[in-house]
Amino acid sequence: MTPADMVPVPYTWVLALSAFLFAIGVVGVLLRRNGIAIFLSLEIMLNSANLAFAAFAYRFAGRHATVAAALDGQIFIFFVIAVAAAEAAVGLALFIVLHRLKDSIDVDRANILRW
Amino acid sequence: MVTYVFLAAAAVAVIFAILAVVPRNPMTNVFSLVVLFFSMAAVFAILGMDFLAAIQVIVYSGAILVLFLFVIMLLNIREVEPFGSGRRWQAVIGTLVAGGIGALILVIAGLLLPEQGSVLPGVADIGTAAPIGKALLSTHLFAFEFITLLLVASIVGAVYLGKRGDR
Repeated sequence: MTPADMVPVPYTWVLALSAFLFAIGVVGVLLRRNGIAIFLSLEIMLNSANLAFAAFAYRFAGRHATVAAALDGQIFIFFVIAVAAAEAAVGLALFIVLHRLKDSIDVDRANILRW
Repeated sequence: MVTYVFLAAAAVAVIFAILAVVPRNPMTNVFSLVVLFFSMAAVFAILGMDFLAAIQVIVYSGAILVLFLFVIMLLNIREVEPFGSGRRWQAVIGTLVAGGIGALILVIAGLLLPEQGSVLPGVADIGTAAPIGKALLSTHLFAFEFITLLLVASIVGAVYLGKRGDR
C-alpha cells in the first residue's frame, strides 16, 4: 500500500487517543493499591506519551519534509521503551523484596523506610 | 479505509486500557495490556512507523509483559483489592483529576494546533529500520550508548535487590 492511495489519518485523532489512554493510566495509578496494577497503569501512561511523540513525528514529517524531524520523534519513542524496560526490571525487583518483607504488594502497607 | 482501521485500533486500545486498569485480577490486567500494546502497534503501523510497530510487539509484549507475568506468578498474587476500594473521596478525586488531565491535553492540543487538516504523506520509508538505525548510530550515538549503560545498571540493580541473604 503506497501512501498515495490511502486517506491519511488526522494526527489530532492520534493525540486524542493519547489523551484518553493517559487519563485511564492516571485513574489506575490513583485508584489501585496493588503495586503491580499501579505499574501496569504507569506502562499505559508511558505508551500514551509514545503515541503523542508518534503523532507529532507523523505531523512534522509531511510539512517540513526534513527526515530528521520525523526520525527524532521515533528515536525518542525507542529510548522511552528502553527506559520503560529498565524501570520494569528495577521496580519488579523492588516489589519482590516488598513481598518478601510484608507478604503483600499492597502499596498502603509499604510504610517503613528500612528493614 | 485506513481511517476505519485506525478507529478500530483506537476503540480496541481504549477498551482494553480500561480492562487493564479496572479488574482486580492481575492476570486479566496483564493480558489486556498485551492486547492494548498490539493495537498500539497497529496505530504505529498506520502512521508509517514499521520499525516501532515491530519493537512495540517484540520488546513490550514479548519482554516487559512477560516480566510482569513472571513476577505475578512467582509471588502468587491473587486479587488484592477491588477497584476503588478503600476511600470514597480518593476514588472521586482520582477520577476528577484524571478526567481533568485528559481534557487539559485535548484542550491544549486544540489550542496550540488549530489546523485540523490531515497530513501529507511524509518522506517515503521514514519508519523502516534503515534510517532509524543510521540515525541511532550517527546522530544519536551518545544517547544510544548511554541507554545501554542504563539497561546494564538496572539489571545489576535488579539482581542485587532480588538476591536473598544478608546484605
